[in-house]
Amino acid sequence: MTAADASTRIRERFGVEAVMADGVLSVVLPRERWQEFGRVAREELGCAYFNWLSAVDWKDQGLEVLCRVENLDARLVVMMRTRLVAGEARCPTLTHLWRGADWMERECYDMFGIVFEGHPDLRRILLSEGWEGHPLRKDYAVDTPFTPYR
Amino acid sequence: MNTQTQVVELGYGGNERLMLNMGPQHPSSHGVFRMILTLAGETVVAVDAVIGYLHRCHEKLGETLTYAQYPSIASKTDYVAAMTAELAYVSAVERVGKIEVPKRAQYLRVIAAELQRIASHCLWLGTWCLDMGGAIGGGSTVFLYCMREREMILDRFEELTGARLLYGFHQVGGTRYDVPAGWDTKVRATVDFMEKRIDEYEAMLEGNAFFLVRTQGVGVISRELAQEVGVVGPLIRGSGVNYDVRRAEPYSSYRDFDFRVPVETAGDCYARYRVRMVEFRESIRIIRQALDGLPDGPISSRPGVKSVGQVRVPKGEGYARVEGPRGEVGCYLVSDGGPKPYRLKWRGASFTNLAVLPHIIPGHKVADVVAIMGSVDPVFGEVDR
Repeated sequence: MTAADASTRIRERFGVEAVMADGVLSVVLPRERWQEFGRVAREELGCAYFNWLSAVDWKDQGLEVLCRVENLDARLVVMMRTRLVAGEARCPTLTHLWRGADWMERECYDMFGIVFEGHPDLRRILLSEGWEGHPLRKDYAVDTPFTPYR
Repeated sequence: MNTQTQVVELGYGGNERLMLNMGPQHPSSHGVFRMILTLAGETVVAVDAVIGYLHRCHEKLGETLTYAQYPSIASKTDYVAAMTAELAYVSAVERVGKIEVPKRAQYLRVIAAELQRIASHCLWLGTWCLDMGGAIGGGSTVFLYCMREREMILDRFEELTGARLLYGFHQVGGTRYDVPAGWDTKVRATVDFMEKRIDEYEAMLEGNAFFLVRTQGVGVISRELAQEVGVVGPLIRGSGVNYDVRRAEPYSSYRDFDFRVPVETAGDCYARYRVRMVEFRESIRIIRQALDGLPDGPISSRPGVKSVGQVRVPKGEGYARVEGPRGEVGCYLVSDGGPKPYRLKWRGASFTNLAVLPHIIPGHKVADVVAIMGSVDPVFGEVDR
């Protein structure tokens, strides 16, 4: 499975053009096809290695969820990306495809407040349970008060 | 006074479950980490790992510091391997900013990274053997031997950068310091000495029946699980996957060096131990080659840090990764063209390596938990960031 084969398959199945940059095949997906693409990446493109999952806050333009998975034998790197509508922070889970998505999605929930629908155990991972807000949101100030410490 | 007696049925039926808190201050974590173990007798049936005690929100901090300021903070993510943590950050900035790094600086980075790998593995081996207890190498013998050798490398780093733990050696575009006079001779002497010591460690451990019993067949990570959870470094190579960033995506002139990537297939603690022992020797080989071939020329494509002003990175994004002692360490960086990153994501090796624990610990005895956790070699600064 080369990058060119993968792009062709993605074009046929999802009707989107995968962009190759720096050795990474980036695929922009609608949220509804997030899990479906995950399954194709896992089963057909052979991306068994789950590298990381995170998000970027684009302020008025909503949150973007990124997930990097790889086929280590074929050295194929796929970056899945999806843009959530502004004000909406819900994304389907990938935990049923890669067990590594468990902690990564929890971290993403903790930091961005994105609710991963279908995650078996979605709770904060790095911050304490009673924490208010999600620090990596752009509207969360660095000096946000936190009693009794600050 | 209530004189009624209350009878409590203890029910020794064998189905009791005991919840045991291991940590957050357990000595074997060498950091702050809590595991809530559910026990049936002495066997662990479930693990809930609680992390975040060392969380400083490096990613938010990275958004508030300029590209010139952050590298010395980056070293505080994985403080046992500060050299490779810094390297991950500056590599990401260089990738997004398309900044060239002179050949001499690339070689210096390799020497620093490989010395760091040896120092980090020394700390891992020593603490792991210490955790597994008195039967191995007479209590703290292996620990003290390893610390002694690690000191020699820290001395070399002190001569190079003036610091022993957190170095600030890397800067965007190159390195901050060149090697002092006579340093290469000292490094050669250090690695020659190390090479002999590694033979001694192996003789001490591999001839020890207790060590073998406690590590072989314990904490097996299957090839599939390793990839799914995204474990990296000696863990994934101990599970039969030939994945090393230095090979998969060579950076900083790693193409120039001849070295071997050890792979073991058993996936147990002993396999991970074997991988690291070979890595010791391969790192020494790389250091010798890099010292032999060290090119002349500038050490940075940018002016020194005192006059650096601000590094400007054009709009864009990129992910750069390096092979740290614990595996793939990467930074995903988004720039909006300003003096600071718009978004910085740390992909820490220890975070995913630790995430495998709940999958492999159930079924083992409590004593094995310590051996398994030590074989994972987590650094909690990097887990919690």
